[in-house]
Amino acid sequence: MNIFTETFAWLADPSHWSGPGGIPVRLLEHLQYSGLVLLIAAAIAVPVGLYIGHTGRGRVVAVAVAGALRALPTLGLLVLFALVAGSGLMPPVWALVILTVPPLLAGTYAGISSVDASVVDAARAMGMKELQVLFGVEVPNGLLVMFGGIRTAVLQVIATVSVVAYLPLGGLGRYLFDGLVLQDFPRMLAGSLLIAALAIVVDLVLAAVQRLVVSPGLSARSKGGRKAATDLSAAAPAAAAVQGGTA
Amino acid sequence: MAEAMIEFQSVTKQYQGGQPAVDQLSMSIDRGSITVFVGPSGCGKTTSLRMINRMVEPTSGTITVGGRDVTSVPAAELRRSMGYVMQSSGLMPHRSVVDNIATVPRLNGVSKADARKRAEELLDVVGLDPSLGKRYPSQLSGGQQQRVGVARALAADPPVLLMDEPFSAVDPVVRDELQQELLRLQRDLAKTIVFVTHDIDEATVLGDKVAVFAVGGKLAQYATPEEILRAPASEFVASFVGRDRGFRHLGFTTADGVAVHPVETVTRGGDAGAHPDSWRLVVDEQQRPLGWEGPGLDSQLIPGGSLFRPGDTLRRALDAALSSPSGLGVAVDGDGKVAGVVKGAEVLSVIESARRARQGAL
Repeated sequence: MNIFTETFAWLADPSHWSGPGGIPVRLLEHLQYSGLVLLIAAAIAVPVGLYIGHTGRGRVVAVAVAGALRALPTLGLLVLFALVAGSGLMPPVWALVILTVPPLLAGTYAGISSVDASVVDAARAMGMKELQVLFGVEVPNGLLVMFGGIRTAVLQVIATVSVVAYLPLGGLGRYLFDGLVLQDFPRMLAGSLLIAALAIVVDLVLAAVQRLVVSPGLSARSKGGRKAATDLSAAAPAAAAVQGGTA
Repeated sequence: MAEAMIEFQSVTKQYQGGQPAVDQLSMSIDRGSITVFVGPSGCGKTTSLRMINRMVEPTSGTITVGGRDVTSVPAAELRRSMGYVMQSSGLMPHRSVVDNIATVPRLNGVSKADARKRAEELLDVVGLDPSLGKRYPSQLSGGQQQRVGVARALAADPPVLLMDEPFSAVDPVVRDELQQELLRLQRDLAKTIVFVTHDIDEATVLGDKVAVFAVGGKLAQYATPEEILRAPASEFVASFVGRDRGFRHLGFTTADGVAVHPVETVTRGGDAGAHPDSWRLVVDEQQRPLGWEGPGLDSQLIPGGSLFRPGDTLRRALDAALSSPSGLGVAVDGDGKVAGVVKGAEVLSVIESARRARQGAL
């Protein structure tokens, strides 16, 4: 038997799909960690990104800080937080938050600043107040670019949340670390495949959400050119499919 | 004397460490008229316009609209009381055409249904098919986008319209259409319009009054377009107005005194094969001009020049004669039927006598 057939045999084994160490439980843990990290990171990154994008203030500082944070080694940061703050759920979550803030912040900021300056100028000249300009014009028009950042960040979190199993906590990363210790390579490969599959499914869900919330007027533009006679409903899925492919 | 709607009193705008963008501007803009700010780049015309709705705050001086100091009103509220049209349409890409037009009424608290209904009416007013209302801005041509921009500015029925080079990004044919459309709208609406352009032709076509700005934000001349073309106040204005100003000035005098002569016409498909010995005008069954047949040209149809209609100006009369292959300008009546021809030399003599009459009047 080679490694692939062994991996499929491992995945097909019903005993791996039940119990406290079973795949459904690990999957749920993985999603919970990822969700918690993303929620906290978004609560920090999105308001700051909106502020920087709207006002243009603090851009240089934010870019420098985000760049520095990105350069931190994931595992090192995780172990450092665990050593300093002790065991438990939150130290690794904070470590991952630090790594997730930069892509979210950059995505939000890039989305807002991607909006045509003349559109923002016109909105102000129409008599919109600053918050109306931000949430009525800049956010909806920057959403397409912002979604790019959000989806990158989500994929990154789903992949890196695996390392919390090292501490040791749960999640699909368990299969990787346990497999490594036990020299059980089919288990490691199965774990990787599950993480990859989860990432793809979540990204597809986000692509669907993006299609729902981003105005078709923007998709028409991203397809390039004026399509005076073309029906929009035909254009939107094509544009979304293209974006789904970039992740 | 027209009543003033907008007044600039010694308004100066100076950006940090630079020359003033607008320098001690004092002028009064008439209610219900089109006032055009024209000048080269960097003359402060757009800055002056944007100070009216406080998109730019003056360094010193006051601006009043309808007798009220603009700084006495919160900026957002002030802006909602004025329509604003800009060069790039500035439409919101994520909203449909109808929702774009409904922007200001919605900000003013009008219900969505009422605002949309009004927006649909406005599509018609600016000459757009109501079916375009559901489209998004990116699906419209440049000219259509500018029309939507005008509709959006009119949506809340503001007394004042500010237009910042609204037609400069569209091609000349569409620009001409939009200019005529604006004049037509203005006849019905009688808004106070302040219009910025760098194009002196556009200024003289649209403006009831034209303000020529010189670099450094100084007002070089503020007068009717006729006067600016006839009597530029300075060397700068004369050079800005350009070489054709004499010809363009003819556009302000009607050509009533120009004689219309009878002309030999031939119906198309009529006596085919006959070689004409002189120029003759080919017409269709309804006596509308189609072109010319010339001597020695084998009854081949040569396209005609521009047409001279009743009530047209000396400029049109002269152009009709100059652009005609026969040298005879075709005059038509109100129904487009041939009324006769005008001769270039005679148009010139009418121009000359109009000049003498003006001199006598001075």
